[in-house]
Amino acid sequence: MVLTIKDLMSRERTYLPGSASCPGCGASLAFKLASKVLGRNTVYVVPACCFSVIQGPYPKTCINAPLINIAFAAAAACASGITRAHKITGRKANVVVWAGDGGTVDIGLQALSGAAERNEDMIYVCYDNEAYMNTGIQRSGSTPQKAWTKTTLGGKVQPKKEVPLIVAMHRVPYVATASVGYPMDLVRKFEKASRMEGFRYIHILSPCPPGWGMSSNKTAEMGKLAVDTCFFPLYEIEHGKLRVTVKPRERKPLKNYLLAQSRFRRTLSEADVEELEKEVVKKWNQLLELEKLDRIV
Amino acid sequence: MSESKEVEMVLPISYPSPGAMGKTGIWRVFKPVIDLSKCIKCWQCWLYCPEDTVVMEGDHPKIDYEYCKGCGVCKEVCRAGAISMIREGG
Repeated sequence: MVLTIKDLMSRERTYLPGSASCPGCGASLAFKLASKVLGRNTVYVVPACCFSVIQGPYPKTCINAPLINIAFAAAAACASGITRAHKITGRKANVVVWAGDGGTVDIGLQALSGAAERNEDMIYVCYDNEAYMNTGIQRSGSTPQKAWTKTTLGGKVQPKKEVPLIVAMHRVPYVATASVGYPMDLVRKFEKASRMEGFRYIHILSPCPPGWGMSSNKTAEMGKLAVDTCFFPLYEIEHGKLRVTVKPRERKPLKNYLLAQSRFRRTLSEADVEELEKEVVKKWNQLLELEKLDRIV
Repeated sequence: MSESKEVEMVLPISYPSPGAMGKTGIWRVFKPVIDLSKCIKCWQCWLYCPEDTVVMEGDHPKIDYEYCKGCGVCKEVCRAGAISMIREGG
């Protein structure tokens, strides 16, 4: 079944308006769409991240579903416990970890790896805003090379950690990347994931207006440009078979994406843009090579 | 020895409610206004609204100004150019 916008609109909402997110927040947009697909029969686990603030202060919350807030490193471990309890009690519900990039690629990585290795029945979602935005824009393992953060004033030296591929190497049933700039692609991936069993991982690029240094109306445009410039390729790995889901007809120049954000504008020279572009093209070609293989793992 | 006393247990559980952060509409600087004569009902504004404040009224979109934060994403994605951002109080 292919979900349409009208189908999504007719569903009950889990995300209630009036949350604490910044205007134009990519994470709340991603959650709104994902929760429409997953439905109310879902248990969310949220480690420390922007999303633990977005819910709103006690005693109210904008999430109309069971949700547990847990310590940074423990999200995947907590969700494992919930899935095991569901197995014993015979309850059928989606168990979803909704974690930021810090809680996924840095602090929560060992719990994530453990749960993936045990193939726990859950959907692990990382909404990637490419730094610790909640605490005031500090670098994370997911921050791209040359990006300014408050702890990398001259631009980050190291490249971004490829967590979706790291998770795929655990031989889990489903791994996908998504972007809020391509919402229907994101919806389709969640729909596919919700119909599968075992460990499923979805990595969403979620633009952050204050952290990336852009105005709040650019969220959708940046999410789309990241894909169109091949800076953040969209692909899915189903039982080891990689497929690129969005192939831009003509790759847009990387500087359209980079120079629209002050986190890159303030650190990049023209030579840097060229160097990054070469790296992006190289990675894109590698991905196309991987797509030709029957199985990558 | 003092007598034992029943103490009420308070668990830190939040309950769902719209407007958990209050009426976020007051954050707005620019207000999105839909020109319904131009609207082609493609629902891109609903799809992209980060705050889920676009609702269906009859067969056309309507913005819930009580909670709309005025980010302007709907204006950017509108295929018909039917949404304009108007300064609040101006």
